Amino acid sequence: MSVLDSKVPKGPLETKWTDYKNHIDLVNPANKRNIDIIVVGTGLAGGSAAATLAELGYNVKTFCYQDSPRRAHSIAAQGGINAAKNYQGDGDSTYRLFYDTVKGGDYRSREANVYRLAEVSANIIDQCVAQGVPFAREYGGLLDNRSFGGVLVSRTFYAKGQTGQQLLLGAYSAMNRQIARGKITPYNRHEMLDVVKVDGKARGIIARNLVTGEIERHSAHAVVIASGGYGNVYFLSTNAMGSNVTASWKIHKKGAFFANPCYTQIHPTCIPRSGDYQSKLTLMSESLRNDGRIWVPKNLDDVKAIREGKKKPTDLSEDERDYYLERRYPAFGNLVPRDVASRAAKERCDAGYGVNATGEAVYLDFAAAIERYGKEQAKIHGINNASAEKIYELGAAIVKAKYGNLFQMYEKIVDQDPYKTPMMIYPAVHYTMGGVWVDYNLMTTIPGCYAIGEANFSDHGANRLGASALMQGLADGYFVLPYTIGDYLSNDIRTGKIPTDTPEFDAAEKEVTDRINFFISNKGEHSVDYYHKKLGKIMWDKCGMSRNAEGLKTAINEISELRKDFWKNVNVPGTTTEYNEQLAKAGRVADFLELGELFAKDALVREESAGGHFREEHQTEEGEAKRLTEFQFVSAWEYKGEPKDAVLHKEDLVYENIEVKERSYK
Amino acid sequence: MNLTLKIWRQSDANDKGKMVDYKVTEISEHMSFLEMMDVLNEQLINKGEEPVAFDHDCREGICGMCSMFINGEAHGPDRGVTTCQLHMRMFNDGDTITIEPFRAKAFPVIKDLVVDRGAFDRIQHAGGYISVNTSGNTQDANATLISKHAADEAMDAATCIGCGACVASCKNASAMLFVGAKVSQYALLPQGQVEAVDRVKNMVAQMDLEGFGNCTNTGACEVECPKGISLENIARMNREFLSANVKG
Repeated sequence: MSVLDSKVPKGPLETKWTDYKNHIDLVNPANKRNIDIIVVGTGLAGGSAAATLAELGYNVKTFCYQDSPRRAHSIAAQGGINAAKNYQGDGDSTYRLFYDTVKGGDYRSREANVYRLAEVSANIIDQCVAQGVPFAREYGGLLDNRSFGGVLVSRTFYAKGQTGQQLLLGAYSAMNRQIARGKITPYNRHEMLDVVKVDGKARGIIARNLVTGEIERHSAHAVVIASGGYGNVYFLSTNAMGSNVTASWKIHKKGAFFANPCYTQIHPTCIPRSGDYQSKLTLMSESLRNDGRIWVPKNLDDVKAIREGKKKPTDLSEDERDYYLERRYPAFGNLVPRDVASRAAKERCDAGYGVNATGEAVYLDFAAAIERYGKEQAKIHGINNASAEKIYELGAAIVKAKYGNLFQMYEKIVDQDPYKTPMMIYPAVHYTMGGVWVDYNLMTTIPGCYAIGEANFSDHGANRLGASALMQGLADGYFVLPYTIGDYLSNDIRTGKIPTDTPEFDAAEKEVTDRINFFISNKGEHSVDYYHKKLGKIMWDKCGMSRNAEGLKTAINEISELRKDFWKNVNVPGTTTEYNEQLAKAGRVADFLELGELFAKDALVREESAGGHFREEHQTEEGEAKRLTEFQFVSAWEYKGEPKDAVLHKEDLVYENIEVKERSYK
Repeated sequence: MNLTLKIWRQSDANDKGKMVDYKVTEISEHMSFLEMMDVLNEQLINKGEEPVAFDHDCREGICGMCSMFINGEAHGPDRGVTTCQLHMRMFNDGDTITIEPFRAKAFPVIKDLVVDRGAFDRIQHAGGYISVNTSGNTQDANATLISKHAADEAMDAATCIGCGACVASCKNASAMLFVGAKVSQYALLPQGQVEAVDRVKNMVAQMDLEGFGNCTNTGACEVECPKGISLENIARMNREFLSANVKG
C-alpha cells in the first residue's frame, strides 16, 4: 500500500462532505482562544481562511511579502468565478460543475475534492454578496452571468474585468474586521523562509522582515500555506513579479510531498512578448473568447504581407481567414478549454502562420461581435436601415461596456486600438495545477501543515477551467479548511503556547541565516535575474506547451548545471539588514532552480499527455492529447536531497461517479 | 532612446536623502517604465552599486503596489495608468526624467522610492467592512435585488487600487478620495446600510489620526487617479459624514 492516505470519507459522493462535517471533532469556543494558526499568503485562499479562522476564535497571524494583504496576486484575476447556482435556468447543477471540472482537468483530479468544491460554490457567491462585493447585475437587479471555456452553461459571476480584485477586497475586508478585533495580526512585507517542526508536527515558521532584514520566529499549533503557484519558474508568466514557490518548497524540503509539478496552465489569450527586456506577460481575460473570434490568415502569402506591414488584418476577407478553433472544434468553437486553445495557437504558429514579427501571435477579432451587438441595439432602439457607422457605434458601445478595461489595457501596452483592428494574442504561463500534495482535509504529509488554493494540487487535475481558481481559493479558505483544521486542532487544546526558544527553532533559524549570509558574502559575477532568465528559457523551450523525452532529459541536466553555477557565481548586492529586494529574490530563484528540475523529472516520468502536459510522443492522429489509463494517478514526490533523488509515490485516482472518456470538444 | 534619470536615493527612513543622476541607453519605446528601471538596476548591480528600490508586483495595473512621482506627476505623464503600465513611448530621446517617491507625512519613505502606505490599511481596519461571518447560511445572493445602476456605481468606487496617487498629488496630502471611494462602495449598496453611521465616523477619525490633510477641492487627485475614481465619492462621503453626525 502507498504511504499516501487521501482520507476521503466513505459513503455516497453527494453526502460525503455533509456526513464528514457532522462527525468531525470540534474545538469549543473557549479553547479556540488558546490556539494559534499561521497563514502564509493573503490572496483569496489565505485571506479568506485567515478571516474565517479568526471569526471562529483562533488567534491568527498572516504573512505576505506585499505591503498590504490586499495586493496578493489573486487581485489580477479578471474574468470571473464559477458557481453552480443555475440562476440562468440553463441546466446547471452541482453535478454538472463537478463533471465539467473533472473532465476539464482531463480526469487527473480527485473526485471527492472536486465534488465538495462544486457543492460549496454556491455558498461563496452568497457570502461575497453579503460582504458587499459589487458583482455585475442585470437591469432587473438580479446577478448576471457569463460563460467560460470548456462548459455549456453560463455559471460565471463577475465584476467587470476585475473579479479577482473585488473578491480579494471582500476577503481583505473580512480580515480587516478581525484585525480590528485583534484576532488577526498581519505581518506585511514579511517572507516565510522555513517551517519549524517539533515532534514531527508543523509548529511555526521562520520569517524575514523585508524592511529591516530581521529574522523572526513565530510559533503556532498549525501552519497554513496559501502562497499561490510557481508559474514564475518560467521567468516570464502572468504571475506577479514577487510570486514564488519558496513557502511551498520549504515545506516540501521538510517532508511535504509535492504533487504533479509538470501540470502547468499556459493561458491562450495573453499579449505577445515584444522584446528581451520583457519582465512579465499580461493576460487578457478568457471572457474575451465569449465574443472574440480567433483566426490566422489561410495563406502564407498574407502572413508574409502582414508581417512586412504591406497588408492589415482588416484587409483580409472572410474566406481568406482561418478561424481554426471553429474549424477544428465546431461544438465548443472559440470556447474550448485553455490547454486546447493554447496548443491550437502553437500549432498554427509553428506551421508559420503567426501574425507578428516574432511569428508568435494570432488574432482575436471583435468585428463580428461589434456588428452583431450593433444590429441588436439598432433594433432595440427602433432604428431602421441603420448605417454601417451607426451599427459600429452602437456595437462598440456594448463591447466597451463588457470589456472596456481590457481593451484599454491592451491599447496602453500594444499601442493599437482593438475596436478597430484585431488584438494579437499568444499563450503564456498562467497557473500551476500541480502543487503541494494534500489529503481530503487539505493537510500535507507534514502533520499540522496545510496547503490551500493554488499552492495545493487537488482540484484541477491536469488542466484548470476558467473562473475556477477563484472558486477553489475561496472554497478552501471560507468553507473547507475552517472545518477540517478543527479535527486536527481538537487534539491541541491542552498543548498551550508553543515556545520559540527551543533547539528546533534554533536550528531552523540558523539554516535561514546561513543561507542569507552566503548570498551577501558570495560577491559572484552574475545577477539573480541572469539565472532566473536562463532557467525560464530552459523551462519554456523544453517544459513548455509541448514536451518530449529528449528535451526533458536535456532540461534536467541544464537546470542542474545552472543551479551549481548559481551557488558559485551569484551576485547579491547590499546588506542583510536593510530593504534588499535582490536578496529576497535570490532565495526565491534558488528554490525555483530546484523545483524546475523536479518539474522536468515529473514531466519525463509521465509518459502520456494529459491536460496542460503534452508529450509529443503521445498524441492522437489529429494531434490531440492522448491519455493513458496506466497513468491515472497523482505523482507525489518525496524530497531526498537533490531533485534527481526525489522518490515518487503514487495516489491512484478512482472514478466511481463519472465515466472516464476521451475528452472531446469537437 | 538615451535618457538621463534624476532619482531620489534614501538609504532608510532616517537618511536625509538626495537626488542622484543616472544615464540609461538603448531604451526601447515599447518598454514599460519599470522595465526601463530594471535595465538601470541590472546596470547598477553589474557595476557593484546598489540598485534603486521601488515597489512593484503585478505589473498590470491592478495590485496598486507601484508608485513613483515621475516628472512631478503620480504615475507619470500618461492618464488612467499606473507606473507599471506607463510606456517609454511617452518620452523622447534625450529627455531628463525626474523620479521621486510618493511624498506625504502619512507615507514615510522606507528606502529610495519605496514608501510605507500602512496608514491606508489602518483606515480600512477602522471600518472598511461589512460585519458578516462566514457561515454558508447567509441569504441567497439573489434574495435582495440591487439595481444595476447602484451596483455599477458601487463597482466604480470599489475599483480603487489603494496606490496612494491621490495623496501624493494633493497639495494637502489628503486621503479623501481613497476613503471616499471605500465609504461610497458600501453606502451605495443595501448591505452597507446597517453600519453606515459608525463606518464613516470611524474611518474619517482614523484618517485624521494618520496625519492626512484636508480636502480643498482642487481635484488633482481625480486627475492623477489611475483608475478614474471620481470626486463625487468625496462629496458622497461628506454627505454620509454629516448625516452620521446628525444621527449621532
